[in-house]
Amino acid sequence: MRGCGFVHLLGWVLLIGFVLSVNCEAGHESNHSEHEHGSGLSGIPIVTFKWHHVETPYLVALFVLVSFLAKLVIEANHHVTNIIPESALLICFGFILGGIIWGADKAQTFTLTPTVFFFYLLPQVILDAGYSMPNKLFFSNMGAILVYAVIGTCWNAASLGLSLWGCHMGGAMGDLDIGLLQYLLFGSLIAAVDPVAVIAVFEQVHVNEVLFIMVFGESLLNDGVTVVLFNVFDAFVSLGGAKINAVEIIKGIISFFVVAFGGSLVGFVFGLLISLLTRCTKNIQIIEPGFVFVLGYLAYLTAEMLSLSAILSIVFCGMCCQKYINSNMDENSVNTVRYAMKVFANGSETIIFVFLGISAIDKTLWVWNTGFILLTLLFVIVYRFIGVFFLTWILNKFRLVPLEVIDQVIMSYGGLRGAVAYGLAMMLDENKIKEKNLMVCTTLIVVYFTVIIQGITMKPLVTWLKVRRAAVSELTLIEKVQNKVFDHMLVAIEDISGQIGHNYMRDKWNYFEEKWMSRVLMKPSARKNRDRLFKVFHQLNLKDAMSYVAEGEHQGSLEFVRNKNAFIDFKKKNIDDDYYEVMPDIMADMSDDHSEMSSDRRDPVPSVSLEMHEQNMKAVRESEDINTHHLLQQHLYRGRKQHRHRYSRSHFDVNKDEGEVQEVFQRTMRSRLESFKSAKMGVAPPKTLSKHPKKEQQQKVRGSQSSSADFLHFLSTVKSFSKAGEQHERDKTQNNKNDAQNNEQNKTQNDKMRQKTTKTRQSMTKMRQNMTKTRNKMAKI
Amino acid sequence: MGSSSSSTERIPDAQELMQETGFSAAHLVRLYERFEFLDKDDRGELRLDDFEAVSELAMNPIGDRIIGAFFSPGRETVDFPSFVRILAHFRPTDTNRTRNGRNGAQPEPANSRTSKLKFAFQLYDQDRDGKVSREELLQVLRMMLEMQVTEEQLQSIAERAIQEADLDRDDAISFDEFKKSLEKVDIEHKMSVRFLE
Repeated sequence: MRGCGFVHLLGWVLLIGFVLSVNCEAGHESNHSEHEHGSGLSGIPIVTFKWHHVETPYLVALFVLVSFLAKLVIEANHHVTNIIPESALLICFGFILGGIIWGADKAQTFTLTPTVFFFYLLPQVILDAGYSMPNKLFFSNMGAILVYAVIGTCWNAASLGLSLWGCHMGGAMGDLDIGLLQYLLFGSLIAAVDPVAVIAVFEQVHVNEVLFIMVFGESLLNDGVTVVLFNVFDAFVSLGGAKINAVEIIKGIISFFVVAFGGSLVGFVFGLLISLLTRCTKNIQIIEPGFVFVLGYLAYLTAEMLSLSAILSIVFCGMCCQKYINSNMDENSVNTVRYAMKVFANGSETIIFVFLGISAIDKTLWVWNTGFILLTLLFVIVYRFIGVFFLTWILNKFRLVPLEVIDQVIMSYGGLRGAVAYGLAMMLDENKIKEKNLMVCTTLIVVYFTVIIQGITMKPLVTWLKVRRAAVSELTLIEKVQNKVFDHMLVAIEDISGQIGHNYMRDKWNYFEEKWMSRVLMKPSARKNRDRLFKVFHQLNLKDAMSYVAEGEHQGSLEFVRNKNAFIDFKKKNIDDDYYEVMPDIMADMSDDHSEMSSDRRDPVPSVSLEMHEQNMKAVRESEDINTHHLLQQHLYRGRKQHRHRYSRSHFDVNKDEGEVQEVFQRTMRSRLESFKSAKMGVAPPKTLSKHPKKEQQQKVRGSQSSSADFLHFLSTVKSFSKAGEQHERDKTQNNKNDAQNNEQNKTQNDKMRQKTTKTRQSMTKMRQNMTKTRNKMAKI
Repeated sequence: MGSSSSSTERIPDAQELMQETGFSAAHLVRLYERFEFLDKDDRGELRLDDFEAVSELAMNPIGDRIIGAFFSPGRETVDFPSFVRILAHFRPTDTNRTRNGRNGAQPEPANSRTSKLKFAFQLYDQDRDGKVSREELLQVLRMMLEMQVTEEQLQSIAERAIQEADLDRDDAISFDEFKKSLEKVDIEHKMSVRFLE
């Protein structure tokens, strides 16, 4: 936080410096080229300035760098980003940058062309959206999402176009050369809710998941409608008004179905292709992640080629393949895919918003028509509200759990327009549409309004209306178990009460999917380890393991191993130590053949998170230290009794579970005997853990004369303890009929154990005192 | 569905049942028809084998528990009112948000969040002592998890689950602890079934 001010300054200096230098270079290049041509070769040039050679890639890379620097500067300041969403700030930065470029060049050399946007910037964002989509939630709300996406968008487009035309006829806009069809075309391009903007704004406002999935799902699926409407009306505008008859309209409707379903099908096919491929890529794990990106992009382009909905294609590709590639690929590859997607998506989004800002600073672009612009803005908002409320009213009659009014308000208010609308507006043909510039301007203003104003006010509105927020999801085992129980329960109830319901269908799909699809698309080893409950448990254990080790290191070379009375409080999280915060599905490399558990549990968790960005990706501190690993082996993953996770939570007290106490006891005993023995032998006790604890354990314990009494006492207590422990274990596995009796027995046994343990603990402290005494004596000698 | 008699006359105590469970008349008739369908021997009540005749339940990991939930403790048969009362737990929650403003004398409706959770709790707590012990949790886990999980791993999972939820450290999960651990879960969605008319 201290370096923040410096970062700010540096950032601004760099930015301005870069931009100016770029413009200088861009200006100079013409001079240089003249020089070179004119002078001819008078000698061998040692160094030449070949700007022309690298111009395009250089400018692109520089632009990307500048955008990222802007994000750096913006993100350094959390006070501001809490109030104004990052997207708004990026747009403002774009304004400034555009101003600088305009000032240097007198022309806007950087504008967001549709090609760049639709081919190079948008696909990554959508692929990331599809890949991180919570499938179950999406499909259980699919009906509602489709209604909003299809009917809602059509309503928005039609109402907007018609109202504007009506106002035009009424003379509110002055003299414009726009016909009804062109109004409808304009309506269709501005009607669509934009996924990029929705992600950017909703990211910072954690609304409940149903609400989020509604808006987000709608923003993704409405592309099918937008593409069709845009193309249809574009064609109508070209044809002219006279040639439109019923046939054309019917063709338009049919094309909707073809485009939408065709796009989804293409995406689905590519998703299957990716899944199949990852099944066979065991030998080229290093470029496994590449397949995902390449095929995802190809899905997009293929759909675009066939004039189907490209966004739908890439979304379904991502959604379809996520489960299988998460199971099939090695978890390093999965992490690579996940991180890389986030990098690309985030990066693209940054660049898009900066571009949106820059594109505004263009004198040739601006045409101002108060009526048109203000009316568009008004209608966009009003019709959105009307549409959402009306559709929800209808939907609530059919939904199991109706959507509340407050959620509807947020849903309407969250209908943000973004770069897609701008891209479509830029694609208009200015020969056919004379007022293209006006439309582009209006689109820009609508985009700015929704992203900036609505973005800023979204968070306060959500808090003010007390919208149900999303839980910060830290899955507990109880929740996981219970979710499963619920699923099965619902299916059972549906079966008993004799209805084919939602859950029945889902159950049937799950069955089909498990039997057929997974068999083909998943690796056999992955299929075996599919159990999600177990994965959650596993990841929780790993998390504990990491924090255990980190805490130990914090205390100074795992001191608490030796000092039994050291108190470790794992619940207290140090704010500084975020280096050991783990993303739950990153595994430290624990491949060691001592642990039977981790050997075949290497698959990652398909953690589908609603946080589309995860901007704070905390790095894993790679504790590759062998000592640590062996410590882990020794303490956490032994093949016998499995109560290891308790080490992370409770301090080393008398645990209620006797088997575990026994284990702790025996292990500590061994290490004590080791240090005791070496003290006797005149060797300093080891300060760090030796590298091969197994060897230690196998070394025989030898008694010594002076403390032999103590030592024998020790051994006897250990033996009696272990016997009692085994007895206790046997008692535990009696069957349920004598449960009550057993419980009492166990309780008394527990008490006995507790007494014994305290006794042995006392003797151990005595022993330790003796040992230190002997050690001191030896030291003196 | 085209049922000829949509009247509730055949159903004993229909009005009271509707009042108590919140089902509409059409729902009740449908459920009564289903009840009669399941009741193969026309006894007027269901036995264990009637439930087991529903073939899909055999494939359900907790099918037996669900069936068991229909039978009140100690009874071997289920009559229609009990049948409906259990199913009433799965009605979607009523949308009136002013649940707290209700008349305190009214009993908790069967489909309120607490009642739903209580039903779920009782699936675990077979001996009805108000607490889910480790053994009981283990039993459910054994049913829910697939074959490849070893006994020891099951023990650890149960152990950990109890640890996370058990706040008063009595090594068992009481109903309140259960409720607390599930407070973030959207019970209304997860425990509601659409009843046909």
